[in-house]
This record gives sequence, structure tokens and C-alpha cells, in this order.
Amino acid sequence: MNTKPTQSESVLKYQQLRVVIVGHVDHGKSTLIGRLLYDTDSLPAGKAEEIEKVSARRGAESIEWSFVLDAFQAERDQAVTIDTTQIWFSTALRDYVIIDAPGHREFLKNMVSGAAAADAAILVVDAAEGVQEQTRRHAYLLHLLGLRQVAVVINKMDSQGYDAERFNEVAKDVVSYLQSIGMTPQHIVPLSARHGDMMAGRGDHMDWYQGKTLVEILDSFEVAAPPVARALRFAVQDVYRQDESRIIVGRVETGIIRKGDTVCFSPAGEKAKVTSIAVWPPQDDKVEARAGEAVGITLDQKIFVERGHIGSHEKNMPMLSNVLRANIFWLGHEPLAVGNSYKIRYATHEAMVTVQSIDRVIDTQDLAQDEDGAAVERNAVAEVTLRARHMLPIDPYIDNFRTGRVVLYDGYDIVGGGTVNMEGYADQRRMMKPVSDNIYAVTHLTSYPERVRRQGHHGGVFWFTGLSGAGKSTLGMLVEKQLFEKGYNTYVLDGDNVRHGLCADLGFSPEDRAENIRRVGEVAALQADAGLITITAFISPYQDDRDRARAAAPDRFHEIFVKADLRTCEKRDPKGLYKKARDGKIPEFTGIDSPYEPPQNPELVVDTEKNDIELCVRQIVSYIEQQVTEGVTKKAEAKDKDKALAV
Amino acid sequence: MYHYLDDLESRSIYILREAYNRIDPLAMLWSIGKDSNVLLWMIRKAFYGRIPFDIVQLDTEMELDEVYSFRDQLAKDWDIPLKIQLCPPEEEMDKTLPPATRAATRKTEGLRNLLREQKYAGVIAGIRRDEQSTRAKERVFSPRTLDGDWNFKDQPAEFWDQYRTEVPEGCHVRIHPLLHWTEVDIWRYTQREEIPVVPLYFSRDGKRYRSLGEKNITFPIDSDAATIDDIIHELETTNTAERAGRAMDAETEDSFEKLRAKGYM
Repeated sequence: MNTKPTQSESVLKYQQLRVVIVGHVDHGKSTLIGRLLYDTDSLPAGKAEEIEKVSARRGAESIEWSFVLDAFQAERDQAVTIDTTQIWFSTALRDYVIIDAPGHREFLKNMVSGAAAADAAILVVDAAEGVQEQTRRHAYLLHLLGLRQVAVVINKMDSQGYDAERFNEVAKDVVSYLQSIGMTPQHIVPLSARHGDMMAGRGDHMDWYQGKTLVEILDSFEVAAPPVARALRFAVQDVYRQDESRIIVGRVETGIIRKGDTVCFSPAGEKAKVTSIAVWPPQDDKVEARAGEAVGITLDQKIFVERGHIGSHEKNMPMLSNVLRANIFWLGHEPLAVGNSYKIRYATHEAMVTVQSIDRVIDTQDLAQDEDGAAVERNAVAEVTLRARHMLPIDPYIDNFRTGRVVLYDGYDIVGGGTVNMEGYADQRRMMKPVSDNIYAVTHLTSYPERVRRQGHHGGVFWFTGLSGAGKSTLGMLVEKQLFEKGYNTYVLDGDNVRHGLCADLGFSPEDRAENIRRVGEVAALQADAGLITITAFISPYQDDRDRARAAAPDRFHEIFVKADLRTCEKRDPKGLYKKARDGKIPEFTGIDSPYEPPQNPELVVDTEKNDIELCVRQIVSYIEQQVTEGVTKKAEAKDKDKALAV
Repeated sequence: MYHYLDDLESRSIYILREAYNRIDPLAMLWSIGKDSNVLLWMIRKAFYGRIPFDIVQLDTEMELDEVYSFRDQLAKDWDIPLKIQLCPPEEEMDKTLPPATRAATRKTEGLRNLLREQKYAGVIAGIRRDEQSTRAKERVFSPRTLDGDWNFKDQPAEFWDQYRTEVPEGCHVRIHPLLHWTEVDIWRYTQREEIPVVPLYFSRDGKRYRSLGEKNITFPIDSDAATIDDIIHELETTNTAERAGRAMDAETEDSFEKLRAKGYM
């Protein structure tokens, strides 16, 4: 019988499940795969005999199933898998691609290269040795790579006399580690790869085990469906000119793009309507492209689009940010260090980033967290903050697993990868440009120089930044008083006088905090233009927010870092806020569970930890006086001289 | 309905467009076999009917006659920018090698000459992971030294469709857009897309070629498969290796690995 299957049958039948086999070196991964192929009759003719011969020649006691996969001479000589490999095999249900990943520590980059492509994972643990270093590390990486379908195989049960108690003991260890990193294995199966128990058949040594065999487990996994239900992300690969038309080629990473959709391209932000989904040979009835499809689109307008742009619908655009936090694994020979620059890539977008801080280095063995790490060594995992020079269109991993994962290049090579976490960071898109187009410049009839001449000093923005409790408000008020007494026009903006009016509509979400600072920056700039010496006293933890405030008053902005370390501030705790934050009553409190980015090039640093308050006030007053009278004093003196002469 | 072949095709087109965007000058090696015909067809799809880089045949002048006539016809029909690179004669090859390996080495040498002369920064090859166990360990973008040597003990990390596309001056990248395809995928796709193939793949007098190579080192297998349907059916039931008819793969335990480490496709 040779009837053709219907299309839906064929789709299911040919649907491949990619499964990666990971675990500690020598726990029997390659053997398990070799045996699986043999048991399911998937070895090519002659392969079993060839392996038998080679095994005998190399003096192995029984058949070395691992030779099926360990193709390289070097691998057979050392009996260790060096690189990841793939092999096809099928059960009655469907086809599988098995990815064998090396367990040796040295080859972690190869393990990642294999595991990142998988739909599901089998973690192999030796029943005699139990959980080992690479068992934990691999499990942690599976977690970071986003694999959620995981089964645990307790292998070499034959070496333990197929003992149920030993199985339970090892299984308990594995599960407790997995649960501590937020993973739940779907199945745990006792097994002997060498003898075939619980592989395809159950064997007759472990009647005490009621669960599924390995083959049944594989058949129970699901192939991930293309992410069509998520927000549209179209990653632009290239722009081709074809006769008269311009085809934007790329891949639909998530969602669906349709003819007639208005698509916005980030970060440039221009938008146009899709006039066709371009494929070859031409297909007029092609009206949409779904997640996974590599297609081209034509647009109704000649807008600026280039490789790296991310197309989306207007309603659901990626965030724009020039700073991001990532949970990364590091594969580079040289450690990742603060201040180093790397190329970041996700989808087709790439940019240079600098490591701003290493927030946490996580030991995958005991999950200890080091918050003062200066470097991330090869094969370690960490949480880092990266800063780019320009805005990146970015998605947090929890929102989009395709565009929310990044790789880092050092020179030619990929040296790390990880997932993006934007918690605590605001979308900077809405800070970028005025929403209204109906804005017209109005010319004052009184000029800034006239104002300066009358009052005898410049205006300016003196932006205090520092942790809560560093002394910003205290210093601000004292400086204001002294300057006022000396005859200067000055005013302090702080949380108390803006939160009740100007910013009364804002809460404490990252977006609202950023908007609060934006408004303060704009008001401060207007006050400075009016000639006021404006002092602002806000934590303003992000460099971007402060840079934006600087941009609002470009020539008159002075960043003053009010410096005191977290320990000192927490000890002072004048408003009891740190205590509340530690008790979990204030979420995302700067310094506790939300980052503070110290200024990179402040105009002035006052250290309230080392110096007393009077000295700090003197430092700031003298700095401000110098700045606001520069070029003015002489003129005023000259005027006085003129006056004197006239008298 | 989105078929699994569409998914395989989209992955390959994405890789081809990445290669074209990142690497210049670029070329594709066309063996005139079923896999590289699929690849050529997808290049036309990726670039809207054009073939925007050189297509090179490493010619040993030992291919079967039908291969040459097929080549000339398709080159005309598809307007292929074909470049034929003659491989050096067998007499110049290392005499200590076993005979079939020695014959196959001619292509490696031909490729080296090509790279020296044309200075390609990247060459696209239609190899698949399921063909042979050392090919199973390949990367999609695989860096090579000037001589074509493959440092398989320290391959670059490659995941999430991010590749190493840059190499130092004088080196080149092999690009493998078909790594994730299997033999039967190739035939199902060839059938669906109506891609021409050399007639030698179909059974005549109870024999057909499953894999095409040079006359002296390639042999037909026993088969009655006379149509693509027959071939697909045969592949769904057989467990004979695809390259069983290729003598150079099996002369010694590691003969193919050695060939590939020296730059063979």
C-alpha cells in the first residue's frame, strides 16, 4: 500500500522534536544515544557491525555504543565527546533530532551550541556518582537557555544492582537542585543504557518503577509551535533593490505580518504600510507571513529602514533603551570585566556595549551570589548591566523569547549569551520626542543676557544626585540659604515641592519615575533660562535620565554627585525608608533592589561620608558662585568703575 | 498550512541572506547533485530570481556524462553565473593515501587553488548533518584557514541563529545552509518544488545512484526506485547509509575525517 498521507497527517508525522542530551562527563550520554538508535532500529546497515569491530580492536569489553556518535578519531582515542553532534532517529510517533552535547567542562561552548537549538532536554546522571559539577552547571544553563521540557535519566542502574533505594536517593538530590533554580523535571527514569533497561523496553530488573520508559518520555514531549500569538517582531536582514521596487527582507521572529498592516521600524521610529509580502516565484495570494518565515515586504513610502531595524505594529513596539540588564553565561577565554566593550547581537540588531556593572556572579554549584565580583570568568554565569551609545530596540525575555535573548562578541567570536531583564528600567521611547506637532517657537522680547546683566549672575541647573540619605536635600537647602543671603536668585526643586503638584499624577513605576525626572529636568531648564540658580535634589539613579536633563539645559547643567556609600546611607536612614525597603514594604528601592548608576563624569563630587556638612556646603557654594559669575563679575565691576567715574 | 518543509526552507533562506549580507566576495560550490540543486533553487528564492554571486563547479573531469549535460542545460535555463575550476590531476596527489581518498583529494586541491586565485571570503556548500558523522558536528558558519584546514577541536560557539561571520585576513568561512536537512527532506522538497535532478538518481536495470561522485570511486546501489515517490518510499524503509556507494568514506576508520580536516567539503 502506498497511499499518500493527507497534508495534516504529513505535517504531524514529519514534525521533528529536537532533544538535547546533557550531563556530567562519563555519565553515559553518548552510550545512551548509541543504544537508543540500536534499540529503535535506527542505525544504518553495517554500523552496528562496524562499531563492534572497532570496539574489539580498541580492547573494549563490550560494544562501545558511544562510538556511534563520537566520530572524531580524537574522541575515540580519549573516549570523550568533544563537539556537539546531531543524529536522526524515529519512533512510531515521529522523527527526532538528537543533539549530543559534550559533558566535559572545557567544551561548555559546544554544549551551549547544541542545547540552544533543542525543544527538550534529557539530563543524564550516573547512579553511582550522583549529582556532579557539570550536572548542576548544565541544568543551570538549560534554565538560562529557556528549556522547560526536561527529563532526568538516572543511568547505570546496573552498577547499583538496580536498587530502588539508590535511585530514590539520587533522584531526590537532582530534584532538589532543579527546584532551587526554578525547574521542575517532567520525568525521572531509572535506566541502564548499556543493557537497555527502560530505554525502548522496560527490561526485567526494575519492576518497582511504574513510570514511562525513555522512548515513551520522548514521545510525550511537545514540539514548540511557532510563536504567532506574540507581538509582531520583524527583524530586517537586508534591503534589496529590484527594478523599481525596494524589498525589505527579514524574518518574522514572532507574531504575524499582513499586507495592509502599518509597521513601525525601531529604533528610527518611521512607519509605513505593507503593500505586499514579497516571495519568489511571485505569489499574489501571499497576504501574510507568520513567525519563522523568512520573507520580504514592500512599503507604500520610502522611509528609512536598514539591517538591524525591528519592525512592529504601532500598538506593541519594543522598548527603547540604551541600558539593559542581562543574565548571561560567559564562554570567553578572557574574563568579562567592568569597562570592557563587546558587540551585542540579537535578531539582526547589533551595537557596541560597555559593561557598566557586574551586579551578581552566581556560583552554579551552590548558587551562592557574589555581589562584589569585578570579573566574570569563563564558564560562569552572572547578572550584568550593559550600556550602549545609542538607543536599542529591546524586549525583555519574559515578553519575547526571540528578541529578548542576546549574544556578545569579542572580536570575531561569540563569547557569551543571555536573556534580557528590563525590570526597573523605563522605556525611553516616550522621552524621545514631542507628541504634538503643533509647537511653534515664540521669541522672548527680553533676552537672557539682559536678565543676567540686571541680576549680576547667570542661571544654571545644579543637579544633585546620590542615594537616598546621602544628604542631597539637606545640602540643597543649606546651599540655597547661603546663596540667597549673598544676593543670588536661587530655588531648590525636590520631591516635596514637585510630587504634590507638577508630578501629582505620577506613581513609582519605572516609567513614572523616569517621567518625574524628565519633568524636573525641563522645569529646571526653564528656571535656569529665567536666570534662577536652580538646585535639584533627586536620587535620579539612571545616567540616561540625568543626561536627558542635561540635554534640556545643555550649557548650564552641572551634575553634582553627593557621595556616600549604601552602608552609610542605610545607617543614617533619616526617613526610615531603608528599613521599609528591607522589610519589603517599598518595592524597587534604589540601592536595595533597584540599581543606582553613579555619574561617570560629574562636574563636582562632594563626599558626605568623609567630610562634614559645613565643608560640603562650602565646596558647593564656591563651585556655584564661580560658575554663575564667570564672565559676569568683570562686566559688573567694569560697570561699577564707569559709575565711579561718572560720579 | 505551514508545512515542515517551509520551515526548513525559511531557515536556509535566512542563512543565505545572512551570508550575502556579511560576506564578500562569496561563492557557492555546485556539485550538480540533488542537494546543491536544492540550494541553488533556494538562492533564487532568497534573491528574487537572481543569483548574485559566483557558482563554482570543482571539476575533476571524471563526473558521469549525464552530469555534464545536466549542468550545461540547467546553467542555461537558470542563467547561472557558472565558473568551472579544473582540479589538479591525480598524479600530483599524495601517493601514500588509499586510492579512493587520493582521488577525492583532487577536489580539496582544486578548492585550495580556487580560494588562492579568487580570494573568496566565503564559500557555500550543500552538506547535511545526516550524511556523515563528522559533518554532523559542523557549524553553519565554519571558519577555515587559508589552506582550508578545519580546526574541529575548537569550533566557535554558535546558537540562537547568531554566527561567526568574520575571519582574519586570508582565511575564509564555509557556509552550510542545508545542515539541518535530511536526505528524505531533500527529495520531498525537490518533488514539491519541481526542481530538476540528474536522471542517474532514478533506477535503470535495477540500479540507481543514491549519491553522485566521480566515475571511478562512486557506485550505484540496487534499487527499483524509478520516480521521486519511489525514492521517498525507499528512504522511509531502508537503513543503508546514503554514502555507502562512496568508496572514500570507508577505506579506513578515519579516512573521511582526515579528508575533511584538510578542507574536503
